[in-house]
Amino acid sequence: MKTVEGLYYSKDHEWLKIEGDTGIIGISDHAQHSLGDIVYVEVPEEDDHFDAGDSFGTIESVKAASDLLMPVGGTVLEVNESLEDEPGSVNSAPYESWIIKIKFDDVSELEALLDAAGYTAFCEEEA
Amino acid sequence: MVNYDQLIFEISKPGRSAYRVAKADVCDKPIESIIPAGLLRETSLELPEVSEPQLVRHYTLLSQKNFGVDTGFYPLGSCTMKYNPKLNEDMAGFSGFAALHPQQKTQQTQGALELMYDLSAMLSEIGGMDAFTLQPAAGAHGELTGLMIMKAYHESRGDQKRTKIIVPDSAHGTNPASANVAGFDIVEIKSTRMGEIDLESLKAALGDDIAGLMLTNPNTLGLFDRNIVEIARLVHEAGGLLYYDGANLNAILGQTRPGDMGFDVVHYNLHKTFSTPHGGGGPGSGPVGVKAFLEPFLPTPVVIKSESSYDLSYDRPLSIGKVKSFYGNFGILVRAYTFILSMGAEGLKRASEMAVLNASYIQEKLKDHYQVFANTKCKHEFVLAGLKGELTQCSTLDVAKRLLDYGYHPPTIYFPLIVPNAIMIEPTESESLETLDDFIDIMIKISEEADTNPEALKQAPTTTPIRRVDEIRAARTPILKWEPTPATSEEA
Repeated sequence: MKTVEGLYYSKDHEWLKIEGDTGIIGISDHAQHSLGDIVYVEVPEEDDHFDAGDSFGTIESVKAASDLLMPVGGTVLEVNESLEDEPGSVNSAPYESWIIKIKFDDVSELEALLDAAGYTAFCEEEA
Repeated sequence: MVNYDQLIFEISKPGRSAYRVAKADVCDKPIESIIPAGLLRETSLELPEVSEPQLVRHYTLLSQKNFGVDTGFYPLGSCTMKYNPKLNEDMAGFSGFAALHPQQKTQQTQGALELMYDLSAMLSEIGGMDAFTLQPAAGAHGELTGLMIMKAYHESRGDQKRTKIIVPDSAHGTNPASANVAGFDIVEIKSTRMGEIDLESLKAALGDDIAGLMLTNPNTLGLFDRNIVEIARLVHEAGGLLYYDGANLNAILGQTRPGDMGFDVVHYNLHKTFSTPHGGGGPGSGPVGVKAFLEPFLPTPVVIKSESSYDLSYDRPLSIGKVKSFYGNFGILVRAYTFILSMGAEGLKRASEMAVLNASYIQEKLKDHYQVFANTKCKHEFVLAGLKGELTQCSTLDVAKRLLDYGYHPPTIYFPLIVPNAIMIEPTESESLETLDDFIDIMIKISEEADTNPEALKQAPTTTPIRRVDEIRAARTPILKWEPTPATSEEA
């Protein structure tokens, strides 16, 4: 299982990258591996607002459909349109295949998230 | 001919037809004068043109590819693929039933109304409930109806806060889906290793925002939840209602009743437990039963009986309204009614015992050859956790595909989600000991092949018209409609 240093991780297996005021969200390598071959990613509309823990979309693999959950609250700035044609890129490059970019509500919500080492430990515990 | 693989469009020839339509004896209007221009097609309609023998052969050959309970063993877990007695078809085919029009006056449909009234009473007795609606067209439709009744009940009491439904993580996927469609939020709670409700998780989830709990008992592992009375007490104490998903009713017919366990609302699947055709043109039927305090909320119309006749009552101010056109899938009701009468109370009880015995027999015979998940006696179905051996190169999917080569419909796989590599087997009461033994032998043979000749599993199926499907490609780039190729289209 791969992780990337400097990203935040949720216990729901989303990663969050901070660039200035913008948060970029995708799913972890562990998540893509458990899901198997991803065939569809349903993304929200721009300007939609979600609280932390809300479902902002769904991700479907040949095995199952799962909710995508917000690691922090925020408003959608941009969605990754290319996933419509290339959902498999989430499997091949989970940390490059971002799903949405958000303007996050409250920087203090980051405190509830894990760093790479914490997330690795969490996944090992869960297994 | 099992390899016949043509589309009807591919055998089409321009100008060929199966039937000559008589010349119209009314004046022929141009279509533009009847339908607004914006609604008319701009391109020509591509319809196949074939002769009647071509048409008949095409669909007969396709039908021969079908697999059903009339052709072989179909141990599809949680689906209760029991045999559909031909007597059911005879009864449903009587012209007094088959030729009825739903808008006939009730004086002319007394027999049909009597059947519906009596069937409701029988279903009530079987489940320990007080009243039934026969309208829902299938199980998930029954769930939606039941949940709408629960919602209407809470709202009628001015209790608007109850916006959540509790669903265990081992539930059928339809449970949370139906609750969502009915406008509830879902609270998922954990199951124990035996698939039972985790009482601590339940207690933590209960509160004045909970409308109810949806439960299947026996659960999806085929195990009876021994805490059901305590679960019912806890949910009721918190002001919630209990919903019984009747998917596994076949395990308890004549043994115990959802109403006695404390359930307030139930649905049955007539196409599972009561031997009506299942899928592929069924259609289904998912009657919903309630305790007396919920009866005013049942869909309209309700069949009522007076001294001299049966009638349809629409005057029910608290009713959730209609959930289907007319009265449900009536032909299916006739079949289920026939099954119940031909089995009788003793017969239904015996069917349930045989269903449990058959499942237990297969489980016992396979437990040394596959991974066991819950090492205990099962009810009407059981779940294996895939092939033995950490190092096996073969998956549960490979086992299922290999079964096709041996002429069996595979069991349900990768469900319930709480069991890794799940293989869920439900033989039903219909099968002979010889059929069960043959199936067991093949399952053991496949487990051996997985070690000695894994390629046989990986390549499977090799004897079916369509070999292993590339599921990823099919999901990512599906071809959903036929389009003329230059060779078959004159326009291209």
